[in-house]
Amino acid sequence: MLDSLLALGGLVLLRDSVEWEGRSLLKALVKKSALCGEQVHILGCEVSEEEFREGFDSDINNRLVYHDFFRDPLNWSKTEEAFPGGPLGALRAMCKRTDPVPVTIALDSLSWLLLRLPCTTLCQVLHAVSHQDSCPGDSSSVGKVSVLGLLHEELHGPGPVGALSSLAQTEVTLGGTMGQASAHILCRRPRQRPTDQTQWFSILPDFSLDLQEGPSVESQPYSDPHIPPVDPTTHLTFNLHLSKKEREARDSLILPFQFSSEKQQALLRPRPGQATSHIFYEPDAYDDLDQEDPDDDLDI
Amino acid sequence: MFVELNNLLNTTPDRAEQGKLTLLCDAKTDGSFLVHHFLSFYLKANCKVCFVALIQSFSHYSIVGQKLGVSLTMARERGQLVFLEGLKSAVDVVFQAQKEPHPLQFLREANAGNLKPLFEFVREALKPVDSGEARWTYPVLLVDDLSVLLSLGMGAVAVLDFIHYCRATVCWELKGNMVVLVHDSGDAEDEENDILLNGLSHQSHLILRAEGLATGFCRDVHGQLRILWRRPSQPAVHRDQSFTYQYKIQDKSVSFFAKGMSPAVL
Repeated sequence: MLDSLLALGGLVLLRDSVEWEGRSLLKALVKKSALCGEQVHILGCEVSEEEFREGFDSDINNRLVYHDFFRDPLNWSKTEEAFPGGPLGALRAMCKRTDPVPVTIALDSLSWLLLRLPCTTLCQVLHAVSHQDSCPGDSSSVGKVSVLGLLHEELHGPGPVGALSSLAQTEVTLGGTMGQASAHILCRRPRQRPTDQTQWFSILPDFSLDLQEGPSVESQPYSDPHIPPVDPTTHLTFNLHLSKKEREARDSLILPFQFSSEKQQALLRPRPGQATSHIFYEPDAYDDLDQEDPDDDLDI
Repeated sequence: MFVELNNLLNTTPDRAEQGKLTLLCDAKTDGSFLVHHFLSFYLKANCKVCFVALIQSFSHYSIVGQKLGVSLTMARERGQLVFLEGLKSAVDVVFQAQKEPHPLQFLREANAGNLKPLFEFVREALKPVDSGEARWTYPVLLVDDLSVLLSLGMGAVAVLDFIHYCRATVCWELKGNMVVLVHDSGDAEDEENDILLNGLSHQSHLILRAEGLATGFCRDVHGQLRILWRRPSQPAVHRDQSFTYQYKIQDKSVSFFAKGMSPAVL
């Protein structure tokens, strides 16, 4: 599952945390798509180009196009000409392409962009970039686009994260226990139920992905074939199923609170002597019958 | 410089890694002993140090530095230390007319958007000088502390931008190191501080987090220090290691011990 994340295309969110950083997984996925012969663009805002390219061999490095927004993103240093339109301009420029080669765009990181740009603008651009292959008209000439966005979850409120995750085709949330990294993958395919899955992995020094079995403690209850499954319905103190006879008997029974026409008739028929009833009242010995002051026994 | 802390971090002034950002963070305790440690560490390593001190005066750091065996006054005269004294400069910014932008210019402007003047001060201070042989090994930027900038009215993103540029210049271009301190208020309502702290945590290579004891004040254990390594270039098995030690601050040193192993307890 983890190794076929980019097969679907669309936006893939990598949600990481301080304890479980996601850049190595991003680099592993970038390496994978570079090896598949895809065109790979990297929008680098958080680390330098050298640091990102570190660990890749020259063959892969040659296939990566690095758009450097790390050195001077706000044009403070004025070292070189800033990219027109900033990072979003670069993203939009990636949209305008006509070649049929599949493209992977890695955003390192989406959090950097989200902190500095309006959420709606960013979502619109992301939508335009990740859905350009499904545009009517030129769909035949443009290849599949995958956008990999690294998102540091702690930095954003639920609103922007929710907006991005509703845009995303696939969400990968990183976590782990006992030094072992895991990825929880939520995948939404069009017209299908979303699937979710947890996978354990590690990243090798050359940034290839190594899928692993989970820690033995967790996987034991699911993997042991020797324990026969227990049927919880075998030793019940009540009947779960009825025979035909029992069902008929149940259906013919009239429950005491059921309102029938006979019952209605019986209630509406006037009984003899009902109209001439009397109330007999016998006063108590200590009753106060003084009409002048009815409250004189209250001792106020 | 505390030798025990160097042992825990597996470093010495002679063989420190370069191009790294270290985040110091304190929650419910005072983490300034870490700032004093790194100040004396890098002065002893013969680095060119730019110290942006917004919390205490020069004489305060100087007195503590003397106890740790470094003379800040001499370092400043030699040109090894560039000291920005926030407390004094703040007064200058407000009451004196400035010809060129002051590093803390944002104090004067009602809606200053960024910390560009402060970054330019840092860049100017750490710029390599071309005169003859290199006197200093590599540049280092120290900030004590960044939370003050938030209190002075800057937004978290503006402070993150400042750190971004410092990283690009000091860590990447000049292959130097950065050490910054941020308070963790532990208050869920202080969103700006949380954004700053988390944003920096994601960028740093090493996080040292000093925490007060959950059980309250203690005479023999002053707090605990959590060390979190973030090494993105290494395989998952060896990265993100975290250790926790308890510490006791003494007159001229800090002793560290495993949790619950204080000499006073045993």
